Amino acid sequence: MSTNNGEIDKSTWRNKVGLAEMLKGGVIMDVTSAEQALIAAEAGAVAVMALERVPADIRKEGGVARMADPLKIREIMEALKESKYEIPVMAKCRIGHFAEAQVLEAMGVDFVDESEVLTPADEHFHVNKHAFRVPFVCGCRDLGEALRRIGEGAAMIRTKGEAGSGNIVEAVRHMRAVMDGMRRLQSLPREELMAEAKNLGAPYDLVVEIAATGKLPVPNFSAGGIATPADASLMMQLGAEAIFVGSGIFKSEDPGPRAKAIVDATTYYDRPETVAKLSEGLGSAMPGLDIRQMDEKEMLSVRGW
Amino acid sequence: MGRRFPSYTHPTNMTLNHNIGVLALQGDFDKHIQSIRACGAATVLLRDPEALDAIDGLIIPGGESTTVGKLMDRFGLTAAIRRRAAGGLPIYGTCTGAIVLAKEIIGSDQPSIGAMDVAIERNAYGRQIDSFEVDVSIPAIGDEPFRAVFIRAPIIRTLGSSVETLSVCDGNVILARQGNLLVSTFHPELTDDLRVHRYFLDAICGNATVCVGR
Repeated sequence: MSTNNGEIDKSTWRNKVGLAEMLKGGVIMDVTSAEQALIAAEAGAVAVMALERVPADIRKEGGVARMADPLKIREIMEALKESKYEIPVMAKCRIGHFAEAQVLEAMGVDFVDESEVLTPADEHFHVNKHAFRVPFVCGCRDLGEALRRIGEGAAMIRTKGEAGSGNIVEAVRHMRAVMDGMRRLQSLPREELMAEAKNLGAPYDLVVEIAATGKLPVPNFSAGGIATPADASLMMQLGAEAIFVGSGIFKSEDPGPRAKAIVDATTYYDRPETVAKLSEGLGSAMPGLDIRQMDEKEMLSVRGW
Repeated sequence: MGRRFPSYTHPTNMTLNHNIGVLALQGDFDKHIQSIRACGAATVLLRDPEALDAIDGLIIPGGESTTVGKLMDRFGLTAAIRRRAAGGLPIYGTCTGAIVLAKEIIGSDQPSIGAMDVAIERNAYGRQIDSFEVDVSIPAIGDEPFRAVFIRAPIIRTLGSSVETLSVCDGNVILARQGNLLVSTFHPELTDDLRVHRYFLDAICGNATVCVGR
């Protein structure tokens, strides 16, 4: 057979968005050790997020939250590679901290989360993600924020929610804002789209694209506050294409069964009988926080713009 | 046991009759649905063993193979798909789909259908930053090169004698057929080029003699 193939292009935009496409319908779990990574993989996680502390602990302990120790990330990567699971490993860098992102890329991390969960390094500028070979995911609270991040090169968007809160209310608010924003664009006449791009603070070309398609050009996942199978089902029904679970698994009473139940509920999210069965006897979920009792300065989702 | 014989020989008519199931447990099943619909065939999201009886072709999309394998096992799909594969149901697996169809997954005992006589190694090109795309030659679909997108792709290490090689890239088989089964290690659903999906619909689904049940 002939093998007259063309030149190889690595880490193209299609490769980056393509990996996000492959993660759809799945659950990405925060892990802080190799042992937790194997529990997550055994439960059926599509990827893990390698961290030093889960958001609930970052919130409790305070101080500056930075990129995890590369040794920690490497241990998790190696544990998965040696196991029969070879799921992708993600890691977080601080907003605007492109040097942390460079380190993560150099380590061979599969996806970088430029995350509001860590203490921002730059109060004005996010990372120019087009300059990297590794794909990025970024958080958003509404459509304008999502489109700014995609304009900068994010290959996946996740609604922020309120990380480490165990409370789904902010995730719902942000997902509804993104979906409402897209429905609104679809209803506008073409001549209003430039003014709308200005209002949203979003790139005009992306605004025009969404007015035509009604969909983000990259996958749209949900994060921040998911703690139960029903939470996952709720976010999928609201339009999420996959689920991030942070503190919700390893801050619960019995992480393994809960992780598995959330994986299954994300696939069968539209079948209440299945979600009901999956939700039985999982022990107690992580203790949650009432968002209305929190000061704005305690909230992680207001970081970034 | 019912049998369905193809009633047309003209390729463009055949796709219209097909009802293609797309395994929708986890992965990029949406992209395959768009491709199959663009070819003019009907699609159904497949998440139950019972739904296998109503389809005349199945696509197993890209995703995470351990996740898809676990979900197939937990919800009774592994054995059901294995039965239908043995009965002649046309099945096309891309990337993870190729992995779960393989007889041997190198270095893993994860659940799989095991119908295709190949040994496949997961994630064999390296990490995500080694993912790539390249123009490849696929004589069975025409002379124009095909843009093949590889994402944390597997490599087929050995092929049984009943497996036909349809395309090779850098010495590795990237598209192969064994009777009613087709596998690719790349993702045609991530491009607008429908020729691989058309090949599946016309050359495999169009000529299939499917035994239903058992």
